[in-house]
Amino acid sequence: MRYAYYPGCTLHSSAKEYRLSTEAIAERLGIDLAEIPDWNCCGASSAHALNHDLSLALPARNLALAEEMGLDVVAPCAACFNRLAYAQHAVVTDKATAARIGQIAGRPVTGESRVRSLLDVVVSDVGAEALAEAASNKLEGLKVAAYYGCLLVRPPKVVDFDDPEQPTSLDSVIEAVGAEAVDWSHKTECCGAGLAVGRTDIVVKLVGEILAAAKEAGADLVITACPMCQANLDTRQRAAESASSETFNLPILYFTQLIGLAMGVDPRRLSLQSHTVDGWDLLVSKKVI
Amino acid sequence: MKRIGVFLCWCGSNIGGVVDIPKVAEAAAKMPNVVYVEENKYTCSEPGQEAIKKAIKEHNLNRVVVGACSPRMHETTFRRTVESVGFNPYMLEIANLREHCSWVHAGNPEKATVKAVDLVRTAVAKVGLNAPLHRSTIPVEKRALVLGGGIAGIQAALDLADSGHDVVLVEKEPTIGGRMAQLDKTFPTLDCSACILTPKMVDLAQHPKITLYSYSEVEKVDGYVGNFDVTIRRKGRSVNEDKCTGCGICYSKCPGKAKNEFDLGLGDRKAIYVPFPQAVPNVPVIDRDVCLYYQKGICKVCEKVCPTGSIEFDKEDELITERFGAIVAATGFQQFQSEAYGEYGYGKYKDVITGLEFERLVNASGPTGGKIKRPSDGEIPKNVVFIKCVGSRDEAKGKAYCSKACCMYTAKHAILLDEKIPGSQAFVFYMDVRTAGKDYEEFYQRATEQHGAQYIRGRVARIYEKGGKLMVVGEDTLLGEKVIVEADMVVLAAAMVARPDAGNVARTLGISYNQDSFFTEAHAKLRPVETNTAGIFLAGACQGPKDIPETVAQASAAAAKAGILLSRDELETDPMTIEVNTDLCSGCLWCKPICPYGAIDAVEIEERVGREMRKRQVAQVNASLCQGCGACTVACRDGAMNLKGYTNEQILAEVEALCL
Amino acid sequence: MGALNLTKANEGKQEMAAAINSAAGTNIFSCYQCGKCSAGCPISYTMDYQPRQIMRLLQLGLGDKALESSTIWLCASCQTCTTRCPREVDIAAVMDALRQKVVDEKRPVKERALLAFHRAFLEAIRTNGRLHEIEMVVRFKLKTGRLLQDLLLGAGMFLNGKLSILPVGIKGKKEIHEMFARAERLEEGSQ
Repeated sequence: MRYAYYPGCTLHSSAKEYRLSTEAIAERLGIDLAEIPDWNCCGASSAHALNHDLSLALPARNLALAEEMGLDVVAPCAACFNRLAYAQHAVVTDKATAARIGQIAGRPVTGESRVRSLLDVVVSDVGAEALAEAASNKLEGLKVAAYYGCLLVRPPKVVDFDDPEQPTSLDSVIEAVGAEAVDWSHKTECCGAGLAVGRTDIVVKLVGEILAAAKEAGADLVITACPMCQANLDTRQRAAESASSETFNLPILYFTQLIGLAMGVDPRRLSLQSHTVDGWDLLVSKKVI
Repeated sequence: MKRIGVFLCWCGSNIGGVVDIPKVAEAAAKMPNVVYVEENKYTCSEPGQEAIKKAIKEHNLNRVVVGACSPRMHETTFRRTVESVGFNPYMLEIANLREHCSWVHAGNPEKATVKAVDLVRTAVAKVGLNAPLHRSTIPVEKRALVLGGGIAGIQAALDLADSGHDVVLVEKEPTIGGRMAQLDKTFPTLDCSACILTPKMVDLAQHPKITLYSYSEVEKVDGYVGNFDVTIRRKGRSVNEDKCTGCGICYSKCPGKAKNEFDLGLGDRKAIYVPFPQAVPNVPVIDRDVCLYYQKGICKVCEKVCPTGSIEFDKEDELITERFGAIVAATGFQQFQSEAYGEYGYGKYKDVITGLEFERLVNASGPTGGKIKRPSDGEIPKNVVFIKCVGSRDEAKGKAYCSKACCMYTAKHAILLDEKIPGSQAFVFYMDVRTAGKDYEEFYQRATEQHGAQYIRGRVARIYEKGGKLMVVGEDTLLGEKVIVEADMVVLAAAMVARPDAGNVARTLGISYNQDSFFTEAHAKLRPVETNTAGIFLAGACQGPKDIPETVAQASAAAAKAGILLSRDELETDPMTIEVNTDLCSGCLWCKPICPYGAIDAVEIEERVGREMRKRQVAQVNASLCQGCGACTVACRDGAMNLKGYTNEQILAEVEALCL
Repeated sequence: MGALNLTKANEGKQEMAAAINSAAGTNIFSCYQCGKCSAGCPISYTMDYQPRQIMRLLQLGLGDKALESSTIWLCASCQTCTTRCPREVDIAAVMDALRQKVVDEKRPVKERALLAFHRAFLEAIRTNGRLHEIEMVVRFKLKTGRLLQDLLLGAGMFLNGKLSILPVGIKGKKEIHEMFARAERLEEGSQ
């Protein structure tokens, strides 16, 4: 299974763990990632906040490049996936819009390359059975909270993936690798996203509520498929603890790191050590490492 | 020899005030075959009608054109006028000089007059080709079929039977009673539902003119108004209705268990069961999917203990066919499937229930003996949230309409909660409170003023579980603040929606239904209980969401309309039906699927070709079913189909008169 | 009398409502003020106008108040409102359209730091074609004067190898410059 791979900006910097763990597990799962040559930033939230045309043209350039490769796009980052999906959706909806976006992007776009999230590829194309088979180091006894966040599952008409209110894809990954997916109340509650820099107080509050719910449900750790969510839940965790006078101590992992651990990949290769909230001791105590 | 009389009406000043009638009269006199022209101020009045009759006799007219208002207004009137002097009523044409002329061109009298002349010329050209048509009659079978045994069907059946007609009521479930039997108390009086319903159920069962086929379904409907041939499947109950005394020993001993549908799965029943204690007929039915005998060939305890030997394991479904003159469809509704609201957790959280499920909890004959208990742990709830507009007024969920009864039944639930659980608190999340019936607004005010119900304006965003409570997150839009309620139980006021088999029922009957699968009435305002299919009437929620008073009123109305039909010994049929020219018909039968009324069939005719007698297939039209829509005339490639009263030749004559 | 004059507001209503409807691809007049959006909004607790009230302002012709709100800047574009709206109004897109109108028409901005963040982000992409986080943060700090914010966090991430000093640009930088130029020209043209 070969895909036009769109890493997105953060996978090469603040979300490097996502990139490293994705690359570590891809081959074993039969996922062939052909990186889109010279891809550009998708525009994230800032483009659509300020300029509608730009917000579609930036991802459209990447779609055009993928179309040249003749492959569907896979994007690990939920935000990039969402923006690429928006652009693809706009392009296939009517020809006039497609022409307009192509003209601004400087490249013609047809929308024939589908846009998939990495989670979708793992769950739908690889499948739970193959995943379970590859997981030689079953993570029994580990209670994991699946945090979907916003852009992976909303709005349903654009992303067309899983259920926006009661999603199950990330939970099925947890179960496939032998861990316990806890049932908890904040699976799709927003973490505050890009407000982390401009209004940190909001993110701290929302992160606190999410982690409190995960803790109450008995989770040992939280997994996610979005660099923004990971950054917020991880780097703002201590601040959230202070603000709410609670202790969370919840490591925030990418789901690809969880799969990597289940496949027995060296934890250093998964870059577990570069997270702010350290999960090492917990994982050792649970005999995962 | 064609002798056409033209009668032009001023209609007071409605036509005459815009159209120059004398000028039109002048022009009409010169039109081909016109031998007499007359003007009148009000042609539909008695003197006006007398004038037409007089002119027909004095001038030996054999065709009449009336230039007046829309034929929808007075075509019937004028047909009757001419018929009374022995003139064939179909030798009359109307030129619409009002709705099609003076009323829409009031600002341009000159052009309106020119148009009026054109309209009269067109009518004159058409009537020149009219042929006398004669109505015929069909017999009426004086029996009514009522489909559905809820309050709507019961009321309609009783009214029809009381007016002297024979009625058969077919009910799908093992018992009649429908949704009303599941209710506890009814608004706005808080009458006990069973107390007012069961006497009617018994009346129906005992009525000498009503035959009840319970646990039965209508499979096929053939025929037409006055003569419906209906095939009914009497399903295998496994218990003989005539022998069974309803003693109940069988189900007290039955080892089988299943979820009770009547209690919406909140309680259990046996494999042999009656849905509820006051069932009519009070005869149990065996659920063959659960019964140990049918599944594994063992048990048969019921047969052993039955004192009257009523168990008949070998009784299979029976098909019978009966003829009816009129059919009343009263097949009811079901609740919206609330799993669609993932954000509310229905189906996931046991204590999030629907309005009808709440009714079962409150009902003394329900699964909890009338105590409101949480389905999860049986605890008595204190804070109960009611959410309105679930599955209604919600385009995103595919249901745009308002379900009419939920505002009232939620107010009722809030009152019942307060009465049953002292110290409890009802929180009602609403967008509006619609209390349009008699005493309804006062009833709702009771809920807030005397029973402490807390109404919060705003739709709920989501429900999640925390610390054993259901956290309900909404906005109080009147305050403009996000709010959260920690609830012990949540009741979703699920909307009334069409049953999943509604489309099938409609197709079986041959009636229309809308995008929400509610059956379509003939006219939204003026003909609410009839359908566009002659002889089939509607009553109750199958036509659209409504409450009990409206349902009963509609049921009586449907019975009255059906009664009008059945009071006749025969019906006159409209002669404007299709005539098939078998010389032109190639027998392709392309017309057959086009006909919306199923009036066309293939028939074999024998004809002489040369010296041989040959057989070939042609189309045949059932004049009783044909509604004269003309769709087949368009489909027919050979031009073999012609609509009497609107023949191809007549229409072409109109076009030529107008354009050439 | 202290009442909002709706007759006057109504006169200007159509122009702005039509512009927002067109930009957002939705119909604000479909909104029946049920409040499900505001109830599900994670940020509504700190907004000056609830998302529902923004729609109300537009419906009444009081859109200027919406443009002056902090709500449109605090919106995190989480799409919860759009997903749940029973009348299928795209509220998140309306927020985008309102932000864009404020910027296009150079109106006063209630939450200047948040606009500064977006500008810093876009300027960083325009330069390199990909996001150079340090460049973005520096631009943000210079615009807002928040020089000391998150210094420790940044340092920690840098030491973990999660931030690079040097930007990673793409070869097609010129394409990106031109894309920005075209998109901005179109914006100016539509005013």
